[in-house]
Amino acid sequence: MLNSTVSRAGKAKAGAYAARTRAGLRFLPRSPAFWFLFPAVFALAVIGIYPLLVALYNSVHQYRLADLAAGTPFVGLDNYIATLTDPTFWQALGRTVLFLCLTLPIEIVLGLFAALMLHRPGLAWMRAAARVGLVVPMATTYAVVGLIGRLIFNRQFGVANYLLGFFGVRPLDWLGDPTLAFVSVMIMDVWQWTPFCALILLAGLTMVPKEAEEAARLETRKRLTILWHIERPYLLPGLTAILILRSADMLKMFDAVYTMTRGGPGAATEFISVYIQRIGFRLFDQGLASAQAILLLLLTIVLSRLYIRYIYQEIA
Amino acid sequence: MSVSLFGLVTIGAAPRSFRARAGRRRATVWHGLALVVIFLSSVFPFYWMVTTSLKRQADALAYPPLWRFTPTLSHYIDALFTHDVLGSLINSLIIASSTTVLAILLGTPAAYALARYEFRGKQDLWFWFISNRMVSPVVLAVPFFLIATQLDLIDTHIVLILLYLTFSLPIVVWICTDQFRNVPVELDEAARLDGASPWRIFWRINLPLAMPGIVVSAIFAFIFSWNDLLYALVLTREDAVTSPVAATNYMSGYELPWGEIMATGTLIVLPMVIFALLVSGRLVQGLTMGAVK
Repeated sequence: MLNSTVSRAGKAKAGAYAARTRAGLRFLPRSPAFWFLFPAVFALAVIGIYPLLVALYNSVHQYRLADLAAGTPFVGLDNYIATLTDPTFWQALGRTVLFLCLTLPIEIVLGLFAALMLHRPGLAWMRAAARVGLVVPMATTYAVVGLIGRLIFNRQFGVANYLLGFFGVRPLDWLGDPTLAFVSVMIMDVWQWTPFCALILLAGLTMVPKEAEEAARLETRKRLTILWHIERPYLLPGLTAILILRSADMLKMFDAVYTMTRGGPGAATEFISVYIQRIGFRLFDQGLASAQAILLLLLTIVLSRLYIRYIYQEIA
Repeated sequence: MSVSLFGLVTIGAAPRSFRARAGRRRATVWHGLALVVIFLSSVFPFYWMVTTSLKRQADALAYPPLWRFTPTLSHYIDALFTHDVLGSLINSLIIASSTTVLAILLGTPAAYALARYEFRGKQDLWFWFISNRMVSPVVLAVPFFLIATQLDLIDTHIVLILLYLTFSLPIVVWICTDQFRNVPVELDEAARLDGASPWRIFWRINLPLAMPGIVVSAIFAFIFSWNDLLYALVLTREDAVTSPVAATNYMSGYELPWGEIMATGTLIVLPMVIFALLVSGRLVQGLTMGAVK
């Protein structure tokens, strides 16, 4: 009796499935594309989406690791409201955007300069050496970049103060002063990521037809004219990629800051990821941190959507 | 008339080409200078880390900084064995290579499907893969910490191996899709006419031809996994501590052991630099394949 019900239900399910397949999902199980994609999609769904659902769930609950005796009652949107009305959250976000707006142009300009120097004919072995040099910052582990920053910008024996001394600058307390700490994190970021910009832009430059460049060089001796009229179209896709990747990376920025300043002094270098990490793992408020993580995720999604829609059209 | 014009041009051209040559030489000097500056500024912080790791503590703390000193390897020995950086390096190696292998196994078929097949929702799927690469680790670290606690997976290799898939898998898919697109589709069609199954076409024809891109993506996946700090910081305690976490563990107390910290940093970074230099041509290729196209 029970068995037959079960089997009838099973049959009904199978029927519904068959109907659904007929209705439009037919391509899925049949197509090899499905089976090629399935493992990766499944894995990413389990590791990438399931935790987000957990975060979503936690974000509407009170979840203090330090006070689990209080239980985890449902609190509705309290965590979101608390986040959105919390000035420190907005300050962390504003700081991140400020960092992006200050650092990215420097990286692009210096990267473009380096790319043009590497692209320029002549001095082959020096160009090769410079190119090898550019790989070093890119290969340096982010956390170690922060440690190197701490070493170089040390107040007592740092080599930054020593080198600036040649220009008559008195020793500065780089990591103790809020503005200077921000600047020193900027400098380390520029050090690490300018090569990335340079190599991407260089790749664009190598796509420029040699004849077009040479013809332009006969027409004008102004480097900027050639850059603007001949090379610009080849640089734009790379520039777009830099914008996308660097913006996303800045929202992610944690490692180097954590090892270099831990967000300090005060909150001078507490960028958004560092801030959320502090709430979640140093203040142990998982509910609040979850709400912030979800908000950060929304921001990332909006950002990458915008980029893809308006700039990065070459995709797919 | 035409002769005199011709003569004018040649007369005018002679001093100009002379001046141009002097200008070119000056430009070459500036070019060389710029290249030297690029090289030095790229390498200097790394150089400073390595030399500090070889200095005795008193030398490391000297001001003005010492440029010549008697090198010592004692910090490396202390770091590796006293602070068990060796164990953390082994952990990093296990975790980064496992996640890379997994990412290649899962990612290459997906990349192939994205490159070869047309289906509904393909663009959305593509976007989803890419957006995974852009999500801040802290977004996943918060819930993953609780999940791992419940499953008793805190401080294990497996949790980091899985978590690192969130960025290694997208980078593999991203780079390899491009690589598979460059494999001539005629080869697929010819093989299909010969009766080869889709899997066989993928495995025997496309995979070998896409190998350069796959290697590049594997290197990227490895480097990203090796470099992670945040996930490892949150999810490890003792047994599964990776080397970046070990490097930050010195950061307590008043007098920092700079030699050991920099020795640890060097041990972490040096393999990556050698790795990246060995394939630097492809590293650039990988960057452009992943980003520009």
